[in-house]
Amino acid sequence: MVEGRLIEGVLRGEEAAIARSITMVEERLPGARALLAGLATHTGKALRVGLTGAPGAGKSTLLAALLSALRRAGKRVAVLAVDPSSPKTGGALLGDRVRMAMHAGDSGVFVRSMAGRAALGALAPAAGEAVDVLDAAGFDVVFLESVGAGQADHDIALECDVTLVLVAPGSGDGIQALKSGILEIADLWVVTKGDRPEAAGLKAELLASLSLAADARAIEERVVTVAALGGQGVPALLAKIEQAGAVARAPGSLEPRQLLRLRRRLLAAAAELCAERLPPDAPQLAELATRIKSGDLTVIGAARALLSGGNA
Amino acid sequence: MTRRIRVLVAKAGLDGHDRGARVVAAALRDAGMEVIYTGLHQTPEMIVSAAAQEDVDVIGLSLHSGAHMELFRRVHALMSERGLAGVLLTGGGIIPDEDAAALAAEGVGKLFGPGTPTGELASYIKQEVARRRAEGERA
Ligand SMILES: Nc1nc2c(ncn2[C@@H]2O[C@H](COP(=O)(O)OP(=O)(O)OP(=O)(O)O)[C@@H](O)[C@H]2O)c(=O)[nH]1
Ligand SMILES: [Mg+2]
Repeated sequence: MVEGRLIEGVLRGEEAAIARSITMVEERLPGARALLAGLATHTGKALRVGLTGAPGAGKSTLLAALLSALRRAGKRVAVLAVDPSSPKTGGALLGDRVRMAMHAGDSGVFVRSMAGRAALGALAPAAGEAVDVLDAAGFDVVFLESVGAGQADHDIALECDVTLVLVAPGSGDGIQALKSGILEIADLWVVTKGDRPEAAGLKAELLASLSLAADARAIEERVVTVAALGGQGVPALLAKIEQAGAVARAPGSLEPRQLLRLRRRLLAAAAELCAERLPPDAPQLAELATRIKSGDLTVIGAARALLSGGNA
Repeated sequence: MTRRIRVLVAKAGLDGHDRGARVVAAALRDAGMEVIYTGLHQTPEMIVSAAAQEDVDVIGLSLHSGAHMELFRRVHALMSERGLAGVLLTGGGIIPDEDAAALAAEGVGKLFGPGTPTGELASYIKQEVARRRAEGERA
């Protein structure tokens, strides 16, 4: 069986097996579910860190700097970078690797690009599962980069132990983020491009707005300025990420977030099973449709009957 | 649902601009493919390592430096070493016909000269990937 060999390869950290497993999960190829089930008991060891923010906020550049710091500390690191697909053609241009090019060829770094493929504003459905594959493969830290756009931010928070929301000076990002509520999902707020003169103002603005909602001192601890191109602020940010990760992953602290993640997975799996058992040409559907048309049944009534497995 | 085609577009060599590679990358995206763009100055090792992690169907190399024989051969050799022999290696640049023919005899895919309509490249890739996938299924 393909998935048996793949599971062994992933657990040994083999690049080819990891790469193919992510493709299987992403494409929902036969065996994908068995593969994930086989890997499930080996997940939970990696620190999962999400980065979100507007296009161009500086996510990939910051990732490159974090990778350098983690590599110096001897850690093995993976990145899953999700960019939206073009809704018109289904194609995608995935360019996050450009900023991380200096890490290409380093066997301790695994970078995978993934196209959104999903409805606008949502994280690729397979993204969390791809992170599971990387987690099982034994990377110490797995980063998930995704463009901030409504639902995607909440999805990313559910898939990760620590979520960073990035805002860039001079872009109006800060105000936008505050308006859309995306800052609420952050464990850490990162003001990027700290070398720009407007960065200090943005930080002050963020602090002022966030302090209205929570204890000012606690907030101050969670707003960090970095200048990733020059590396300033990166070690301090990394320390805060590790600290937040340790809290989130402390034994016994099954955070609501992790429970939510599992709940969402369960729902998705149930929906997938439903779709599988009821292909569009299933005879039950045709029969029920006829009965709905004749006024014998309502659509919702028929759906209930389908879900409970009984006959309408 | 058919699997999407994944293409790594890389700019190899030392020359400093990548307009051509970007145009190709955008055209392939518009043809419905998932294009991973790696940026400038990639070594063969970096390119093949990225292709392995990204599990691509195609590597598209863009180069203008005149060192095309060495670069294509090196990438091709590294691909075999890393189990990527089934991946299509194609690309473009100013490459004399006899060089392209020599590389083709070694298993490199079709190479396209400057000014080739991007649609031609896209349909070649689609056709070639379909053929290779069908072959892979039969094997
Ligand atoms: N001045 C300055 N510019 C930066 C810094 N970090 C990133 N940039 C620039 O901001 C631009 C966008 O950076 P990326 O890292 O690609 O941003 P991103 O959020 O990953 O972008 P998408 O993935 O396209 O959404 C690039 O031109 C970077 O060079 C920084 O610390 N200082
Ligand atoms: Mg990016």
